[in-house]
Amino acid sequence: MLELIDVYTYYGNIQALKGISIHVETGEVVTLIGSNGAGKTTTLRTIQGLLRPKQGKILFEGKDLSTTSTQEIVRLGIAQSPEGRMIFPRMTVLENLEMGAFQRQDKLGIKSDMERVFLLFPRLQERMTQKGGTLSGGEQQMLAIARALMARPRLLLLDEPSMGLAPMLVSQIFSIIQEISAQGTTILLVEQNARLALTVANRGYVLQTGEIVLTGNAKELQADPTVRKAYLGDE
Amino acid sequence: MKPWQKIVLYFVIAYFVLLLGPIAGFDLPRIVQDIIRSPSVLVTQLLVGLINGAIIAIIALGYTLVYGIIELINFAHGDLYMLGGFAALTVMGAFGMQDGAPFVTAIIPMLVALLVSAGLCAGLNVLTERYAYRPLRNAPRLAPLISAIGVSFIFQNLGLFWGGLKSFIPIMGNTAAAPKSFPDLLPRIDLLEAMGIQTKVDFTLKDLIVLVVAVSLMVGLNLFIQRTPAGKAMRAVAQNRDAAKIVGIDVDQVIVMTFLIGGALAGSAGLLVGLYNNTIVFTMGFTAGLRAFTAAVLGGIGNITGAMLGGVLIGLLSALSDQYLSSRWTDAWVFGVLVLILVFRPSGLLGENLQEKV
Repeated sequence: MLELIDVYTYYGNIQALKGISIHVETGEVVTLIGSNGAGKTTTLRTIQGLLRPKQGKILFEGKDLSTTSTQEIVRLGIAQSPEGRMIFPRMTVLENLEMGAFQRQDKLGIKSDMERVFLLFPRLQERMTQKGGTLSGGEQQMLAIARALMARPRLLLLDEPSMGLAPMLVSQIFSIIQEISAQGTTILLVEQNARLALTVANRGYVLQTGEIVLTGNAKELQADPTVRKAYLGDE
Repeated sequence: MKPWQKIVLYFVIAYFVLLLGPIAGFDLPRIVQDIIRSPSVLVTQLLVGLINGAIIAIIALGYTLVYGIIELINFAHGDLYMLGGFAALTVMGAFGMQDGAPFVTAIIPMLVALLVSAGLCAGLNVLTERYAYRPLRNAPRLAPLISAIGVSFIFQNLGLFWGGLKSFIPIMGNTAAAPKSFPDLLPRIDLLEAMGIQTKVDFTLKDLIVLVVAVSLMVGLNLFIQRTPAGKAMRAVAQNRDAAKIVGIDVDQVIVMTFLIGGALAGSAGLLVGLYNNTIVFTMGFTAGLRAFTAAVLGGIGNITGAMLGGVLIGLLSALSDQYLSSRWTDAWVFGVLVLILVFRPSGLLGENLQEKV
């Protein structure tokens, strides 16, 4: 479904991605793990068209996205719950969700997706008329994911959904992620919490200073001694 | 309030009231006496202030919209409004309108002037964004600001040039730089008297028309921003540009739309001020621009309701200062207010200081 071939991305002169190649197949949950500054967010931003690769190809169902505008990429079926949530603070929860469906015209489809996200996140329905900025951190995270779902994406990009949340909430969010995957959405998940990410993912890539250093299915990565040492906290 | 802020507060207040106050006309016993002697003057001034304030508010909206979207103080905005006034005057000349022309014959020229002024200013504003601001979008913040000041000078000179076209446009009068008289077309029928209420206060049809047009522009803008998808996209870009991109909003298109709307409002204000004050001059954009900018900051820059409130408050303050303090010092009072706000409430009266949660 998605394939990155030898992608290089720069921030000014700083090389953030040094030729990474990953692929995501339909129906999979694939995770990118790695420490701070490894280039995980950069990868997602490059896929979404917010950053442009200097070299390499990003193929989404065979179409090269490296010069496609972000709004076109959203229309093609890639939506993102970004790092830091980036909800609209002075819009209500309902308006935030409507903005998620900005590219869509099908009123009925939007309505049924709204019902679907309220089933996934009943808390958001309770908070429907509240301003985004007044939500708790966990609720904002739910809103960010729900907003991305409102685009009815075929590929959902999730950037650090566990960041800054209490353990209880984290496991709640991850079980919802599993549910979204079970409902048929392909997911590319970026996480610092490698242990959790590998429990929900089929496959994973380990990213280190802009390069893929290791890849394999989730079980293999969980068992890999270097991953255990560097990312799972084992001695 | 921190202690140092208190010290600054007392110092500024002492400076304005004790030192500047009496020179600038702040003589409380006389003011009270004046008000008691003729309260109708007070009411009349409040009315004048309200209407001028509504016009300032429309200009202030242009500042606040643009600032909300791209965090640029568009210093050329005031001059754009002045060009709107010249466009309106030119249309009036083309229709051969003169003082006291029958209202019925003036309706079509006024509507045409509204379209021409709003259209011209919207177009100019979009061009300005395209060629003077967009290339500098990723430059340091100061660069587009200086560019805006440059555009302001270009517009002012354009206004001066326009005012000198007397052989083509006779209504421009004799000299290029002199104030031009704008035909007085709105009937001065006293509505209160027509309703059988005897007062010393005049509330004319002219006042009513200007007020109604100004208020409808503001209400229309508010509805547009709150209800329509395009308006919501504007709010989204203002609140978080990256998030707006992520949900699939074309940010460039929203920026163009913002300049289009801001320009159309400035053009409409140019027509209204001509119809209300019956005089326009190529420098009026500078002063009106500063007042409108002050109004936008007073209300909380980026906040639409704030700009409207700020505009009306500045209008009232100016009118009261003209009457009771000293008209020569009105600008000093207005900008004194700006200084006080910037020191004590930089976010403005309605400016939100919403903490982003992590």
